[in-house]
Amino acid sequence: MANILEIRDLCYAIEGRPILRGVTLDVAEGETVALLGRSGSGKTTLLKMVNRLLHPNGGEIRFEGKSSADWDPIRLRRRMGYVIQDAGLFPHWTVEANVGLVLKLENWPPSDARRRVEMLLDMVGLLPDEFAGRYPRQLSGGQKQRVGIARALAADPPLLLMDEPFAALDPITRFEMQRQFVELRRSFHKAALFVTHDVREALTVGSRIALFQDGALDLVLPPAEFLRAGTPEARAFLASLEPAGGPS
Amino acid sequence: MNSRLASEIFWLSLEHVELVAITIVVAAAIGLPAGVALARRVSIRRWVMSIANLAQTVPSLALFGFLLPLPFLGGIGKRTAIIALCLYALLPILRNTLTGILGVDAAVRESAVAMGMTERQVLWQVELPLAVPSIVAGLRIATVTTIGTATIAAAIGGGGLGVFIFRGIAMVDTPTILAGAVPAAMMALVADEGLEWIERKLSPG
Repeated sequence: MANILEIRDLCYAIEGRPILRGVTLDVAEGETVALLGRSGSGKTTLLKMVNRLLHPNGGEIRFEGKSSADWDPIRLRRRMGYVIQDAGLFPHWTVEANVGLVLKLENWPPSDARRRVEMLLDMVGLLPDEFAGRYPRQLSGGQKQRVGIARALAADPPLLLMDEPFAALDPITRFEMQRQFVELRRSFHKAALFVTHDVREALTVGSRIALFQDGALDLVLPPAEFLRAGTPEARAFLASLEPAGGPS
Repeated sequence: MNSRLASEIFWLSLEHVELVAITIVVAAAIGLPAGVALARRVSIRRWVMSIANLAQTVPSLALFGFLLPLPFLGGIGKRTAIIALCLYALLPILRNTLTGILGVDAAVRESAVAMGMTERQVLWQVELPLAVPSIVAGLRIATVTTIGTATIAAAIGGGGLGVFIFRGIAMVDTPTILAGAVPAAMMALVADEGLEWIERKLSPG
């Protein structure tokens, strides 16, 4: 399968302190790569480089076969959906306006945009009649994230960037959202980079898991193989799946 | 109250409103864009805010006095008064515009950029609408303080309700002072209530 995203030897440092050390990673069309790692291991930095919110000190990112440095940053970002922890919804816009943001920026005719927004809300499990006119403050955490995902999918981008999108949700809602995300990913055939520090989440949503340690990739493996991985960092994460105190 | 006094109160009140209105329009025309510009420029922000804060500490009567001998800006009359009043009105407008824009949730701003909005779109569609309550609050503070400070404008021939107050002081006549002070206080109350209502109406969501 063709690669939608190719990351080559990516380096980044702030005031001499390395954040990313030579990360190389490919993302194929339709696959979700879970970027797993401790806080500060560089996974969010990598995500922000993909849509050029940050600029690497070295290495290259190619998106749809073209170096990201050659993309117009505005065009590049509109080709990528972006979902963050507290959704980042515009508080002064309704759900409908939030979801239709990129459609408006891309000058879709309002009636087409409206149909598309209703379809997306339906897809993420929010009744358009009930939710389209609400403001973000009238939504629960889970509903906000659903709106955030619908917004990211609006202009049908081939790649989604998800930065710990479910981290602030209660465990039950989080589990539901993870399941729904996997279904959506299958039906839309989107590629995704999914940042998480939760190994269970990485195993659920990822087609592959890229494990970060101190700004470098420790390993990249499909979930089934990750469960048998032997590196100390992978074992540390897998140990978090065991109940505290170990098996009795 | 005789009709001559009533008519004088009316005309001086009108003149007072004119002083305040011109001041606020000019101060807003400078303060709003300056606040927006400073929100983007961290390096000069502190300098500009320090200077603006400093201007605020000069006693108003002294500032009127300082301006009088200046060529072009100074001299007896309304223009000097308006310049001095603008210097005072500028700070709350500038500061509140800046605070309003900087107060926009970082996640909201980041997602606006990440969704492919241009810098101009982020400013006009996200930052400014969310900063509106703070900006209006700044205009409210500026308006209410200007209504009070503008009474001193009479000292340099600026006109307005201060004419009564200075006349009353010179004549040691409380009713004359009140003829200036009461309408000014009422004006301030009305402006405060009115702008607070607008502030509430424009609060997003």
